[in-house]
Amino acid sequence: MKRLRHLHIVYMALLIVGIQVVTSATDTAYFLTQLTMSAYYSLIIIGLSLVMGYAGQISIGHAGFFAIGGYLSAFLTTYNLLPYQETGIVAFLSNAGLLVFSQDIYGTDLLTVHPWCAFISAIILTTSIAYVIGRPVLKLKGHYLAMATLGFGIIIFRIVLGSSYFGEADGLSDVPGFPLIGGVEISGNMSARIVNYYIAWGLVIIGMVLLLNLVKSRVGRALRSIHGSEDAAKAMGVDAAKYKLHTFVLSAVFAAVAGVMLTHYNGGIGPSEASVMKSVRYVAIVAIGGMANLWGALIMGSVLNFLSLRGYFGSMDDAVFGSILIIIMLFAPQGILRKGILKDLRNKLTGNPEVKQS
Amino acid sequence: MAFFEVHNLSRSFGGLKAVSNVSFTVTKNTVKSIIGPNGAGKTTLFNLISGFLPPDEGSVTLETRQLEDLSPDKIAGHGVSRTFQNLKLFHGMTALENVMIGRHTHSRSGFLSGMLSLPWTWVEEKAIVKDSLEVMDFFGIAHLADSEATSLAYGQQRVVELARAMACKPDLLLLDEPAAGLNMKETAEMGKLICKIRDKGVTVLLVEHDMSLVMNISDEILVLSYGEKIAEDSPLAIQQDKEVIRVYLGEDDA
Ligand SMILES: Nc1ncnc2c1ncn2[C@@H]1O[C@H](COP(=O)(O)OP(=O)(O)O)[C@@H](O)[C@H]1O
Ligand SMILES: [Mg+2]
Repeated sequence: MKRLRHLHIVYMALLIVGIQVVTSATDTAYFLTQLTMSAYYSLIIIGLSLVMGYAGQISIGHAGFFAIGGYLSAFLTTYNLLPYQETGIVAFLSNAGLLVFSQDIYGTDLLTVHPWCAFISAIILTTSIAYVIGRPVLKLKGHYLAMATLGFGIIIFRIVLGSSYFGEADGLSDVPGFPLIGGVEISGNMSARIVNYYIAWGLVIIGMVLLLNLVKSRVGRALRSIHGSEDAAKAMGVDAAKYKLHTFVLSAVFAAVAGVMLTHYNGGIGPSEASVMKSVRYVAIVAIGGMANLWGALIMGSVLNFLSLRGYFGSMDDAVFGSILIIIMLFAPQGILRKGILKDLRNKLTGNPEVKQS
Repeated sequence: MAFFEVHNLSRSFGGLKAVSNVSFTVTKNTVKSIIGPNGAGKTTLFNLISGFLPPDEGSVTLETRQLEDLSPDKIAGHGVSRTFQNLKLFHGMTALENVMIGRHTHSRSGFLSGMLSLPWTWVEEKAIVKDSLEVMDFFGIAHLADSEATSLAYGQQRVVELARAMACKPDLLLLDEPAAGLNMKETAEMGKLICKIRDKGVTVLLVEHDMSLVMNISDEILVLSYGEKIAEDSPLAIQQDKEVIRVYLGEDDA
């Protein structure tokens, strides 16, 4: 089992390298930009897959967590603190080495929060918000949970759209690169395109390994047991509320990490990233990938986001994902990429009642 | 001090007193049965003890620990395990995985250690499998380990649920109609399994409709009727209790 899990990761790594080599050889390296972006989106998808497939919950608010990560990091790394340089907290942060001096393209001096510091703040804020809203919201079931998370998403969307700190309809731009070790940074810099492709997919691999491990662990088994029978799980000592909450928070952190990194890669973030249609899109992709199937979610997440980012769906972009969701819910509520799908579909189409609705 | 004590436990649903002022004790390492007509409040009593329902009043004490304000998972952690009248197995999981959940309270790998797959979690996981297979072997179902639990024959599912509850290594085991839906042979088997459980040192609280099973394996019997305790005695004495006979003769199915 374990060997198989890791073998898949090896295949995935080979595929990632293979794609890069092919695009370089065929002069189509421009594909790498969208492939990098879809990697970050896939990070949200696999986290959400854990929530939907394994913990049996739904969240139509994950674009909100992505936006919290992206916007906070963008704000902190672009907001000029120079005028407040002498005031208590700014001076303190500056002395602690958490701020950086730089110049923008017009040569104006800037004093901003260091990207790593912004990243950590974003993760802390996302974790806190996910805990605070998750605690009451996850007590709800079915439609109510869907509505509550939807409401959360709308609130975040309204905040970023309505606040001048977050650039209102324009969003935030001029976000600096995110420095990693050895002078490498996450940024949209053309010369760093290949490196960024590998960084993004490297993060996805790390995310996949963590989640695949989790799913196979004691916690993963407990999550499946909650899905199988919540009462029985509790009777066996599984703290169902805690496990659901932690899973929700974990997936929110995945979304926030994606938000931070993609924002530094793109050099900015706009309110459409926080929109409800984005959240719906993530849910649709998890659904089509097969609920309790991290690989399915990853494959669908990278392929569909790539196609969307390349503009293959044109002006129908949102409609495509909306339709996917409807069709999946009607014909294959357990998703497409899984065993037994053909049999289920045949049963559905021929009206055979023996369809297993577990 | 009694090993397990229920004191003045009450619970109503609207105007209906499902459990009314019930008190009793259970001696360690015995089988105590709770009988009574349908709707007498037996399942409600189990739900109160195992934390699935909060009592309106009363207390539940295991050794020195008060259980009545705790959640089901905490109560399980304190050594009280249960089965359900309408089987509740985890669908989509094998029989072995079902039983492995029974080891949950005895293991501790969490989100972080699980995601990082730390070496000590592999050791723990191996121990969980080994312990679970041992329990399944004890109940003679080790050969079913890899079958999907909910696809097994009904009688086998009952035994898997029993094995799962026992994998918790409980001090007190609550069995809610474990023989419901079983044929005579299977019921006799179930009786033997319950005795085996008691012989392992586990204290059993049993709700059961099958009177021959109850009379055979119980050390003591408590009779509930309309939520109230109407008798509590040895099986022999219960069989001769006028009030019990009256309650049961008024019923078609006892
Ligand atoms: N959750 C509940 N809500 C309302 N009424 C309930 C609930 N659970 C049980 N009851 C009622 O309480 C009474 C006792 O039920 P129960 O404990 O299931 O009886 P038994 O297990 O002895 O057959 C019944 O009248 C039943 O309808
Ligand atoms: Mg009952």
